[in-house]
Amino acid sequence: MALLSRLRARREPIGPLDYYRKLWLRLIMAGTLIFLYGPISTLVAFSFNDSRRNIVWRGFTLKYYEKALENDELIEAFTNSLTIAFFTTIVSVILAALAAYVLWRFRFPFKAAYEGAVALPIVIPEICMGVAMMAFFARIGWPSDLPWPLSLSQITIAHIAFSFPFAAIVIRARLETFNRELGESARDLGASEARVFWDIVVPHMKPGLIAGALLSFTLSLDDFVITFFTAGPNTVTFPVKVYSMVRFSVTPEVNAASTILIGLTLVLTAIALRLQNRNNMNMQA
Amino acid sequence: MEHWRKSAGAFWAGFLPPTLWLLAFFFVPLSLIWAFSFGEKSGIIDIDLVWTFENYARALEPLYLGIFAKSLWMATITTFICLVVGFPVAIGIVFAPPKMRMWLLLLVILPFWTNLLIRTYALIAVLRTRGHVNFALEWMWDHANSFLTLIGLGSFSLLGERFEPLEMLYNNTAVVIGLVYVGLPFMVLPLYAALDRLDRSYIEASLDLGAGHTRTFWSVVVPLALPGIASGIVITFIPTLGSFLTPDLLGGPDSQMIANVIERQFKSANHWPFGSALSFLLMYATFFGLAVRALMSRNEERGGR
Repeated sequence: MALLSRLRARREPIGPLDYYRKLWLRLIMAGTLIFLYGPISTLVAFSFNDSRRNIVWRGFTLKYYEKALENDELIEAFTNSLTIAFFTTIVSVILAALAAYVLWRFRFPFKAAYEGAVALPIVIPEICMGVAMMAFFARIGWPSDLPWPLSLSQITIAHIAFSFPFAAIVIRARLETFNRELGESARDLGASEARVFWDIVVPHMKPGLIAGALLSFTLSLDDFVITFFTAGPNTVTFPVKVYSMVRFSVTPEVNAASTILIGLTLVLTAIALRLQNRNNMNMQA
Repeated sequence: MEHWRKSAGAFWAGFLPPTLWLLAFFFVPLSLIWAFSFGEKSGIIDIDLVWTFENYARALEPLYLGIFAKSLWMATITTFICLVVGFPVAIGIVFAPPKMRMWLLLLVILPFWTNLLIRTYALIAVLRTRGHVNFALEWMWDHANSFLTLIGLGSFSLLGERFEPLEMLYNNTAVVIGLVYVGLPFMVLPLYAALDRLDRSYIEASLDLGAGHTRTFWSVVVPLALPGIASGIVITFIPTLGSFLTPDLLGGPDSQMIANVIERQFKSANHWPFGSALSFLLMYATFFGLAVRALMSRNEERGGR
């Protein structure tokens, strides 16, 4: 079969199922990719452009990166975003691992409903969750003048609530490949529940945990809508800062700041994919 | 799978933390605005719970009904465009050589991981009056004009006195472009998954037996990929319907969608009960979409067996 398809690929005339090699299809695909990547690539390219007007290429410069790095508000926003993402990731992964483990291991009443409830933060519109969190924190009178790391607590709490269900799905998928008997035999041999969890389940979950962690980190770092509603008047995260800059104008500084964020997410995604690939190879070996 | 009572301690230790978090920081906030949606504004920040339907009735006023209709319409167009564009792309990826397939799939998903705000901003830079598209058009206009002058038609100003930049931003078209830009990966992924599962021998058989590509597409590929099409439509439609950022940044005064009205009720207009009612109407619409999807996949399973 493999030989057959290779023969077909080498044959010059396009076979009936070689849709991929048809011109019209290639044109649509190329058009789609240009549509998806054109705007982002111009954004990145023009962050290096030595011109304020920002549509004509006038030579390479890094001065807008310097400007962005000298912009204290931008740096503060960036620090805030990273801090929030860090704490979100830690708590999300713990909650997600527990939820995934329970769903994988146990049968309990209303399980399907429970699973639906855990997935709810993924499906409801972001705006609804944003306003709900805003109303909630206002209603319970969450203090808004806390010192620095605690002033981010509202945003972090909201981020954990929407990102741990995503991580739980990833970790649950990983558990599907786990042999139940390993845990059972460990228990038969006298290991405690905690021991089984730490020494057998967690090592197996590890790639899922890392993937879930990276996912939570990216989700938290990227979130705008929910942050926009839960942030107090004095806390600014990176997307919220970029939003307020974008509202005023298109400037090379925004391009530079955006490029930094794109770079960061791409690196994280690449690491996640790498880990997943390596893990797949290990499983095959 | 074991029954939870068999090791109740382990069950509760794993079950309680995520459940309590979700209850306290997700279901309680949602219940709060659900209650607010039946409340009445009695001060700047005070809301009296009077169990009135007034807020929902207000949502039925022509102004808000119009915005609802408009949001549904925009989401429908967006989903349709995504489907029409996404289908050939998914077919292309499925039939690509295995090595290319991974890369193409990655290329389609990658924008997913780029910040939505940044992607929207990138579109602004491209579409604005003095943006890249207009710049390119102006360049073409200039050259076309000098060409006309060259062949002696310059004095007739066939292309107009001077270049008129297209107004592509701050209108409904811009919003739909932005929504398609965001929604396309959502559509391509489930289509790809469905087409990838599809047994190619059906297509081969159909082509062998004399059906053309069009006939094969409509009577073999589409019916078999129907579950994928349905989930693609639902998972593109739902986030599109509730999108806030795209209409906010790319739209003009008349291209508001529901989410923008909700935002205004919670921020500048400061009428939380009405905003809550609108939020819940949006959520009910979302649930309706999900229910339709669940029903379809159940029917699919039953029909298949």
